[in-house]
Amino acid sequence: MNLRAWLALLAALGVAWLAARAARRRAAGTAGGRRFFASPFAGLGVGVLAFFAVVAVAAPVVAPFQPDRQLDIIELVNRGPSWAHPLGTDLYSRDMWSRLVYGARVSLGIGALAMAVALTLGAAVGAAAGYFRRATDVVLMRLVDVGLAMPRLFLLIVAAAVWQHVSLGALILILGVTGWFGTSRLVRAEVLTLRERDFVTAARALGARPGWIIFRHVLPNVASPLLVSAALGIGNVMLTEAALSFLGIGVRPPTASWGNMIADGAGQIVAAPWTTLFPGLAIALVVMALNATGDALRDALAARPSSYEEET
Amino acid sequence: MGTWLARRLLAATAIVFAVVSLTFFLMHLGPASPIVPGAEQPLDPDVVARLRHQFGTDQPLPVQYVRYLAQLARGNFGVSFSQRRPVIAALADAIPNTIVLAGTALLIDFGLGLLLGVVMAARARHQVDAVLGNATLFLRSVPTFWLALIVILVFGERLHWFPVGGTIDIVQHRSFSFLGRVADRLWHLTLPALTLGVVGAAGTARFQRNATLDALSADYVRTARAKGVTERRIVVVHALRNALLPAITLFGLALPFLLTGAVLIETVFAWPGMGKLAADAIFSRDYPVVLACALAASVMVVGGNLAADMLYAVADPRIRITERDRA
Repeated sequence: MNLRAWLALLAALGVAWLAARAARRRAAGTAGGRRFFASPFAGLGVGVLAFFAVVAVAAPVVAPFQPDRQLDIIELVNRGPSWAHPLGTDLYSRDMWSRLVYGARVSLGIGALAMAVALTLGAAVGAAAGYFRRATDVVLMRLVDVGLAMPRLFLLIVAAAVWQHVSLGALILILGVTGWFGTSRLVRAEVLTLRERDFVTAARALGARPGWIIFRHVLPNVASPLLVSAALGIGNVMLTEAALSFLGIGVRPPTASWGNMIADGAGQIVAAPWTTLFPGLAIALVVMALNATGDALRDALAARPSSYEEET
Repeated sequence: MGTWLARRLLAATAIVFAVVSLTFFLMHLGPASPIVPGAEQPLDPDVVARLRHQFGTDQPLPVQYVRYLAQLARGNFGVSFSQRRPVIAALADAIPNTIVLAGTALLIDFGLGLLLGVVMAARARHQVDAVLGNATLFLRSVPTFWLALIVILVFGERLHWFPVGGTIDIVQHRSFSFLGRVADRLWHLTLPALTLGVVGAAGTARFQRNATLDALSADYVRTARAKGVTERRIVVVHALRNALLPAITLFGLALPFLLTGAVLIETVFAWPGMGKLAADAIFSRDYPVVLACALAASVMVVGGNLAADMLYAVADPRIRITERDRA
């Protein structure tokens, strides 16, 4: 790793710190924001997330090598951490730091996009079930019961086994489509009480159509529980993606994701433990930051998605 | 109680039926053919036709669906492509191993988790709570299979305290006495069960901490404090009894977690259970096995939730009364 890459890393750290500080300053203007940053790990969590986001966006600058370039398959196989290769090299003599940096794009991107799909579906289904009630509610919620009855990983294994070569887009879609069941229950419960409120009655009396009421009056009020469940959910998606990649049915090599980096390292765990250690630590850091941020958000917004639904 | 139970059983059956149908159509929606898995060379059309006839895939989809259901009702999951034997036989070998692993993990999960949760709540916002809070947060945020790999590296490869995989010592197991064999199995069980159990316990502890804190802020606890009851007695007798109720729900939710974790833990520790069977079946494109494992897992989850509901009704009279009113 050359001087330029070290400087880029320092710059990324600086940008993340500045971003976290700017977020704290803006948040100080509102009561919820102050409550958020009052919790001990919220600031740290935001900083860690900002750092990995910056690194992912600026990957070509921060990474000293191409992620799948085999540098020297004779001299540089399974080398431990050094100044030139701060996280060591792997079995194919690829630079682990470069792979980690580019893997951040894949892992974080999948987490965010799949969660966006899941939130959209969950909000739509939950709002429809809670607002229209009766038959719509019964049918949709029984569907959710079925979805929750299948352990997600098994459902994903069936899907991946059937579709054989899962592209990145398809993987995001599959993760999103299997991830909205809990969210829809949450939204439905909120909508059931919101629809009885006076402002909804008023909108209905003014002749507003159900679609308008749901999007303009009901869903904006569900935003805070949705935000909390998104923060906690992205971590879950990332862990699931890692598990799928580890089983060999997620992100296909040579594209680096943190999950398949661990899978690559697992065979060398005795000879080159760093190839397993670092990607796992990266996942742990980001998911911990997401969980800490999510918990702080929940306390700050006083929105409580039932914590046991997030455990599964 | 009778009608309530009947309703719940009916609902559970309907859910399992829906899962069966869903997986069936999911399988037939996919482009992959079970007959020519990723064939590089085109097969003789005549052979393909005969194979399709043999597997019954030349029939229209509704006919296949009814046949599949009929076979399933008789307990026939089909024949494993890769093992050349009935799927049910492969499952019969694997499920006991998974039950041993997941069962032990469940004990650790709840034994340790409830204890830590109550300790954290009793010492809320003190040092013990903070340390345990960070430790459990870390364990909830780490990929389970990665933790398993690190555990193997440290306790298996470096310290040589425990074996790195399998259920028994393949070479010496037969020569052991009965007690020796039991000890051998337990010795092999320790690492995988502890890894899975401790990760589960971290979630249970975080949940139980909040449940106990809720109970500690209840009016009857204030009354007890006013009466001068000792803090220990308040936590153990007054708060814990009520804080254990939500844990029953958690018990139902622990099953999906343990089964999912088992897939990864079994793969890492070469533990020949249902999870490893399913993971191996993906690579050999062994659909009947994949489907059977998914079904078995769903049945266990639905059964676990049903058991949790029943336990809850036994433990909390309020549930029985409201359910009766509704019926």
